[in-house]
Amino acid sequence: MPKKECIAMLLAGGQGSRLGILTKKLAKPAVPFGGKYRIIDFTLSNCSNSGIDTVGVLTQYQPMTLNSYIGIGNPWDLDRHHGGVSVLPPYVRQDGGDWYKGTANAIYQNFDFISQYDPEYVLVLSGDHIYKMDYSQMLRFHKEKGAAVTIAVIEVPWEETHRFGIMNTDEENRITEFQEKPKHAKNNLASMGVYVFSWAKLKCYLEADEKDPDSSHDFGKNVIPAMLAQGEKMYAYPFTGYWKDVGTIDSLWEANMDLLEEDPPLKLNDPDWKIFALNPSYPPQYISPTAHVHRSIVTEGCAVFGEVEHSVLFLGAHVAPGARVVDSVVMPGARIEENAVVEKAIIGENTVIKAGAHVGCRDGEGWMMIDRTESGITVVEGNIVVPANLRLARGAVVSVTRWQEFPEERIS
Amino acid sequence: MASLAGIINLHEPDERIRELTRHRSLAAVPFGGRYRLIDFTLSNMVNAGIRNVGILLSDKYGALLDHLKNGKEWDLDRRRDGLFLLPPASHHGPAGHGVVGDIPNFSHNLDYIYKSRQDYVLISGSNMICNMNYRDVLDYHLAKEADITVVYSETAGLAKSPPYTNVVTDEDSRVVDMAVNPRTPKGDKASLNMYIVSKELLIDIIDYCASRGKEDFLRDGIIPKLDELRVYGYSYRGYVGEINSLQNYFKHSMELLNPAVWQELFFKSGLIHTKVKHEAPVRYLEGSQVRNSIIANGCIIEGTVENSILFRGVHVQKGAVVRDSIVMQKSQIGPGVLLQNAILDKDVQVSEGKHLIGDSNYPIVIHKRARL
Repeated sequence: MPKKECIAMLLAGGQGSRLGILTKKLAKPAVPFGGKYRIIDFTLSNCSNSGIDTVGVLTQYQPMTLNSYIGIGNPWDLDRHHGGVSVLPPYVRQDGGDWYKGTANAIYQNFDFISQYDPEYVLVLSGDHIYKMDYSQMLRFHKEKGAAVTIAVIEVPWEETHRFGIMNTDEENRITEFQEKPKHAKNNLASMGVYVFSWAKLKCYLEADEKDPDSSHDFGKNVIPAMLAQGEKMYAYPFTGYWKDVGTIDSLWEANMDLLEEDPPLKLNDPDWKIFALNPSYPPQYISPTAHVHRSIVTEGCAVFGEVEHSVLFLGAHVAPGARVVDSVVMPGARIEENAVVEKAIIGENTVIKAGAHVGCRDGEGWMMIDRTESGITVVEGNIVVPANLRLARGAVVSVTRWQEFPEERIS
Repeated sequence: MASLAGIINLHEPDERIRELTRHRSLAAVPFGGRYRLIDFTLSNMVNAGIRNVGILLSDKYGALLDHLKNGKEWDLDRRRDGLFLLPPASHHGPAGHGVVGDIPNFSHNLDYIYKSRQDYVLISGSNMICNMNYRDVLDYHLAKEADITVVYSETAGLAKSPPYTNVVTDEDSRVVDMAVNPRTPKGDKASLNMYIVSKELLIDIIDYCASRGKEDFLRDGIIPKLDELRVYGYSYRGYVGEINSLQNYFKHSMELLNPAVWQELFFKSGLIHTKVKHEAPVRYLEGSQVRNSIIANGCIIEGTVENSILFRGVHVQKGAVVRDSIVMQKSQIGPGVLLQNAILDKDVQVSEGKHLIGDSNYPIVIHKRARL
């Protein structure tokens, strides 16, 4: 097979356990975001827009939605004769087989996939982040520096450094020290989980890591520190722009709200850097004579008869007359019925909020509540029916395992 | 199950909608915020399980080819069958020979019809906006043991103004008379220019006409044979919008603002597919006032939009008012602009403070890429 200079390996097997009920049936990269996208669209579109046409997507946790969503990669222009997108789940070999034991092991288990393209460089990405980045510029930087690995970094607020892997660098951007989630950071440059490796180097380190019985086979915990210890040329590639890990209920909600600003930090309307997504052939949205829509984003297939204020409506969401949606994220196919109120909430796919119900109510009850968010964001899982006139407590995380009680209410 | 192929015949009159068809065929006229007219017929065919569709091209088909490409958006990029773009005869005829009817185009592509593996052919134009289940029509055709089935509507009011084809049936729904643009129609039944016919009979009709110098499929191939062939009328009772003039284009566009029509046209027996542009969701900014409108993805709205249809990527700036208007793809409406009863073709820029006001019966049309 002809050689490829650079291919991408996209880690998409994570559960995203801190998203709780939103990742019950799907992996974190498949979680809907921004009205018409799924989280993984940002990374796949970045690859496509950066001219990287070979992408291996490593899946493990709840892969069904992700598999069918990615398909042969047509929306991202990754349906190619040579290269394109390949979904890579764990597999069985003659001598047994394993789940992916960590991010590094997942790449290790796919050496054969990578080798068939004989690449010079391998871009390792995670499918968990919302950002727009030109990987080709980072690759150029990597080549100029003659690095073994280049790690994209972004400045984070000092008070949040304890949540990230922090890179300490010299004036030339060479990494001198790596601190994983430090209590006292010396720097505020956080790793974005975007790595360019020279493939020959990466191969050596992954082989060594695989033999180490004490390793947890993780890039951040094991591979990067090992490379640093060996004195490899490691560079930090400073990225300025919007980057957000949407790994928690709060950050997912916030990242959606960020899109609603007058001058949003992440522009989705850029014709030169489109974010591609699977298109379900829905008609343009209908805004009725009784509707009020302000400071919001609304997607194809939606019908709005009520009031939508500072919210994100996903594909095919329906807001009935008299209903009010404020500071909320309403996922695909959800219906907010007559006079219902939804405040500061995330409503899961195809869920129905029946007439007169109030979701996110200050003095409401904890109906079907399995958890409570500190931030007061109310979360209602997908494919359920919230009964009419129910007053659902603010901050409740609602999951109905016995939702078969309302089979006739379910939207097909 | 009997198999069905589709032919979309683009030999359609467009004199009365020239404002929008100067550079494109009628089939490629943008409609409904993100579609072109042909999307409805093409999607209806695909939704009925048709996997072999031939498009009989006529003229000005550049925009249409760009839209259809390899048929991927309609799932017609097939190894067997799929989408076939059939060139018109006129381009191959002797210079100066104007083609009057559609038979030369059929005849020129007779090989395609010969090679089709399906037993029956559905022939349709591109300008009837509806969401029809063609399987029902085929079932009717088979149940009636008809030679030809003509789809008509009694309710859409098509027989009120030409061009139209009047259909007259007996109690058993057998078509006893058809007439193109008669002065006084008999009854309200008007053809939707959709026919189901067996492949063999279609070839016979084309051959009969072509070999006798007759050029019109309907007038020469069907109407004279109403006595000898079993021609049946299928009554379609759903919503139909026929587009062949600027007035009915404007009228049927505005009917999309009726939620019942929106629901029927876009969801009833299947979704309507079109070329995907990967536009972001619509952004409603501070100060936006939107009522009774259809808005396609990629729009940014800072001003007022009422009773209007905005195509993909339209930007309505602060203080602008768009009322009773249709604004096509990527047009930019500057601050303080007033549009009323206006149709803006693609990529028009209206600068600050301009007022463009048409009549409700005669909307003002601004041509593609105009800078005002």
